[in-house]
Amino acid sequence: MARLYTKDHEWIDVAGSIATVGITDYAQAQLGDVVFVELPDAGRAVTKGGDAAVVESVKAASDVFSPVDGTVTEANQALADTPALVNEAPEGDGWFFKVELSGDADLADLMDAAAYKAYTDAL
Amino acid sequence: MAMNTQGRPTTPIAGPDTAAPETFTGNRGLHIEEALIFETGRRDVTGVDVDDPGPFTPRLGGHARTAPIGLPGLTEPEAMRHYVRLSRQNYAIDLGLYPLGSCTMKHNPRLNEKLARLPGFADVHPLQPLSTVPGAVDLIAELGRWLLELTGMASVAMSPKAGAHGEYCGMAAIKAAIAARGETRSIVLVPESAHGTNPATAAALGFKVVPVPARADGTVDPEAVKARLSPEVAAIMLTNPNTCGLFERDVVAIAEAVHAAGAYFYADGANFNAIVGKVRPGDLGVDAMHINLHKTFSTPHGGGGPGAGPVVLSEKLAPFAPVPFVRFNPDGSGEFVETRRQAGETATPFGRITAFHGQMGMFVRALAHMMSHGADGLRQASEDAVLSANYVKARLADVMTVAFPDRPAMHEVLFDDRFLEGTGVTTLDFAKAMIDEGYHPMTMYFPLVVHGAMLIEPTESESKASLDQFVGTLRHLAEKAKAGGVADFKAAPRHAPRRRLDETRAARQPKLVWSDPAEETRAEAAE
Repeated sequence: MARLYTKDHEWIDVAGSIATVGITDYAQAQLGDVVFVELPDAGRAVTKGGDAAVVESVKAASDVFSPVDGTVTEANQALADTPALVNEAPEGDGWFFKVELSGDADLADLMDAAAYKAYTDAL
Repeated sequence: MAMNTQGRPTTPIAGPDTAAPETFTGNRGLHIEEALIFETGRRDVTGVDVDDPGPFTPRLGGHARTAPIGLPGLTEPEAMRHYVRLSRQNYAIDLGLYPLGSCTMKHNPRLNEKLARLPGFADVHPLQPLSTVPGAVDLIAELGRWLLELTGMASVAMSPKAGAHGEYCGMAAIKAAIAARGETRSIVLVPESAHGTNPATAAALGFKVVPVPARADGTVDPEAVKARLSPEVAAIMLTNPNTCGLFERDVVAIAEAVHAAGAYFYADGANFNAIVGKVRPGDLGVDAMHINLHKTFSTPHGGGGPGAGPVVLSEKLAPFAPVPFVRFNPDGSGEFVETRRQAGETATPFGRITAFHGQMGMFVRALAHMMSHGADGLRQASEDAVLSANYVKARLADVMTVAFPDRPAMHEVLFDDRFLEGTGVTTLDFAKAMIDEGYHPMTMYFPLVVHGAMLIEPTESESKASLDQFVGTLRHLAEKAKAGGVADFKAAPRHAPRRRLDETRAARQPKLVWSDPAEETRAEAAE
């Protein structure tokens, strides 16, 4: 399934019942150098639109929201030691966490890559 | 005539003006390159001669220290020079205009300093019986009376030590009031443009913070507040004027909605400087507000002295004020209530948040500021602060971009970085270039509601000539950025004791404790 994007600049890949979440390249460029990432523990329940992680740059700290309901299965521990991964590969090695979806994910309000690009171009 | 041909030349020597060479010492003229005190200090030197106590039997059991304590040893002149040299690398309101938005870096009048040094105020000890310091008690009561008069509130807690501490005190009173009603409300509403201390205070007291978005004009929408109100909401924390430098016009409607929902209205008084003598927060429906004496009432801050953050409270919250608090007697005199028992049945203090009565030295300075200005003078100071900000706004509007141009600014004016679009220069670069021009940068990247924010608060302290030089500098920099001067901005600051620091590395790999390189080498060798 193709990658989808939120208006709050998270991306999500859904494969079966597991979704991988991170922040977009646009978001990392706006934040500037990321210095700290606070990740959810495995087993934590997250809700669509609810706080799931915190990303802190030299400029500001920002909440990262979960695009779906579910339970966190894994967080990207590499970010604890190397927060720069968020700047270097935000949509690759800099992923934040994986979620096991609770039921069918509600993805109707998310954007595909083209729609997200149009959305950020207008910002 | 016997002429001395070896005389000292008195005119500058003309010659090729080459770049300044490296110096042997690392000092540049009178700019001294100062090492850390641990690096200059030695272990075998002390500034004080203490007689050898001779043989004695220690009574510390096994607790006597055996390892060296590791403090640097310096002679008195060395210690003196160290701190004076460091102070020369500092920027201060006594050195120049300090445009840090939302910080109200105003002049600290010397009269205040003179009065604070009177022995009757300067030499009192917090453990002295109050009966031996009636003058100091009277002064605190009188300052409290001025604060109540200026804010239109019912009661004041004088002891909080700074703005954020005052916030904590005010919100703790709100929490106590809610508990006294037998309720548990868990949510505090905080607008997006709030000072960072507001959500931090709410979170520290165990509340859940729910943000309220700003409208396109930079103010809080009462409808957005109403949509978030519920029986779970304990309070809203609102700054007025807000951190965009705008007066919240709908503040009364917001207060009424908050009260109708059974919640309280906490006002952040950090920007009170804009409205002293013009608006009484009590008339706006405020239930609690801290007052930064170190901003509005001209006591030193930013390295120059401790803050002081008295909190004024509404009738509803007055019974919950922490001890010690000032109770005004019918004859007008004030007395301190020190304990819950002394408070009697009408008051149920939530506790004590400081050991003693507050920042005495700051109280003297603040009251000196009030009494030397008088009511009319305080009002004029606010008017002048607002006038200064609007002058800066008007003089820069054509070369920089005002974030909210249609609304009059209050005590501070907010710019965004649209005027730098396409120049390659960022807000950070612009701020660093200001350092080369001899100015402390404005507040930058805050508030977060606009992109690349630059928040300028000139205060009432500056003359027109001073403001003209400041806006002239900013105009020059803005025009230079637009004319392709990006390389100079990226290289700034060139003239500061240090060039641009690696903030990212400092945050990612913080080194918070000094360690002796010699000992590190020894430890490595031992491994």
